[in-house]
Amino acid sequence: MKKQNKHAFQIANREALIGVGLVLFHFTWWFAFAYGFGKEDPSNYQYIFGFPAWFFYSCIVGIILISVLVIIIVKFFFTDLPLDDEEYEKR
Amino acid sequence: MNTTATIMLFSSVAIIFIIGLLASRTAKSSNSFMEDYYLGGRSLGGFVLAMTMTATYGSASSFIGGPGVAYTEGLGWVLLSVTQVSTGYFTLMILGKRFAIVAKKYKAVTMVDFLKERYQSKWVVLLSSFSIIIFLFSAMAAQWIGGGRLIESVTGLSYHSALLIFVVTVLIYVTFGGFRAVTLTDSIQGTIMVIGTFILLGSIIVAGGGISSIMADLSGENPNLITPYGADGTLTASYVSSYWILVGVGVVALPQIVVRAMSYKSTKAFHRALIIGTIVVGVIMLNMHLIGVFARPILPGIEVGDTVIPLVALEVLPPWLAGIVLAAPLAAIMSTVDSLLLLVSSTIVKDVYINYIKPNAPKKQVRKLSMTVTAILGFIVYLLAINPPDLIIWLNLYTIGGLEAAFIWPVVMGLYWKKGNKYGAIAAIVIGFTSYILFQAFYPEPFGMHSVVSSIGLSLIAYVGASLSLGKKIV
Repeated sequence: MKKQNKHAFQIANREALIGVGLVLFHFTWWFAFAYGFGKEDPSNYQYIFGFPAWFFYSCIVGIILISVLVIIIVKFFFTDLPLDDEEYEKR
Repeated sequence: MNTTATIMLFSSVAIIFIIGLLASRTAKSSNSFMEDYYLGGRSLGGFVLAMTMTATYGSASSFIGGPGVAYTEGLGWVLLSVTQVSTGYFTLMILGKRFAIVAKKYKAVTMVDFLKERYQSKWVVLLSSFSIIIFLFSAMAAQWIGGGRLIESVTGLSYHSALLIFVVTVLIYVTFGGFRAVTLTDSIQGTIMVIGTFILLGSIIVAGGGISSIMADLSGENPNLITPYGADGTLTASYVSSYWILVGVGVVALPQIVVRAMSYKSTKAFHRALIIGTIVVGVIMLNMHLIGVFARPILPGIEVGDTVIPLVALEVLPPWLAGIVLAAPLAAIMSTVDSLLLLVSSTIVKDVYINYIKPNAPKKQVRKLSMTVTAILGFIVYLLAINPPDLIIWLNLYTIGGLEAAFIWPVVMGLYWKKGNKYGAIAAIVIGFTSYILFQAFYPEPFGMHSVVSSIGLSLIAYVGASLSLGKKIV
């Protein structure tokens, strides 16, 4: 049981760290576009599909990008684990 | 009064609830009433887990209050609201597999169970139960009000009759159905929400003559509406960024979210929930708040922010469709209320009554007590909601911040830091809880940020400080 927990916890810790990294990246993206493009005078705004550029990149592209990253991370970097000892012993 | 919309609204909600009740009937099998009623027997699949997380969190504030503020503040408020997308992946990734394994080992059914086993302290249990009851009460009142407002604006009934209808429906449902019924209806509601927001957003864009023309109208009225800084330029970058803590990463400490992170079946379900949850929260947050902003040129001069969504839906959609689409926010509010009710009731029954008053209560009595407490609680909140303030979002955010400041470190550090102990947990809860209330009352924006940031900081210092200094003496 101890062995199983140690192994599972190592994986869980790594995945939690990935979560922290992802949220930091997301915040940076969101902040840089929103206030980088948004701080100009509204009369100089560029528009993409009708939205001001700061909003388009920060919010719309941001959400799509994060969704894609989550899919990639979960598919390729997350590991399946048994959640309790019984299930573990069955394997 | 709009008859077609009213009929469609109520029949959609009724159908959702009947399905939930039937499904929970057929699934009655587990040997523990507690695990079943409050946790759905730890057997949620990925889709259900994602939807129940979203529906629980995406409550009245995101469907009624939030878009109402976006109507007033413009795109800056949408920018603030999309910070909530991080909850879709962050909460699950941080608590993650480690939390599910530990919770299963502890046989924990509530967040307080987890804290009790982790810290082995009566005071941690009593303090955390107390804060949950206090804060979630105001959260529930906020949801009640949102539901009442929505029914009021669709049906034209008085607020009081609308509120009564809402409360009776919720109480019947949650009292008999329990957690599994709630999570199942959450899935149906989540699906309606996603589709509904697209229909509503699309219709509004058409009604406003396209996005470019709406943007031109907005900047013609007030150029600030299309900047990130809010209608009168008061939304500063640091204030808006602090919402990443309040409605983003801090959500990891909300008891109603934590309890869901221990209820999934397998890591496969967990992986699916991560993906579905992120996409669904993203779609809902972006669409609903954009709808609020876009409603401004179409329906200028709405005074009660909470009524923006129902009014604009009735304006741009045919009545029958407006009824179905509005069933989504109503359903979301109901499911939030349902989960909060269950949570407060489980705190009282399980964490306080069974732990300290009557440990060997027979199963039948526990069952009866759980249902009675749930029903009585609902009635008390109803009384609170009869004379409500206008913008429910503030009430709701108040609650969220308080719970986060109290619990984020006891939960997260309890999970990842071995040296954390009961002294740390007690100090963190007390400091987090009181500092948040004091900041809110006397100094709401330290460092130009939402006060939750400072409270969480103080709470961390308290946790680490007390764990290290008091922990050594004992050992």
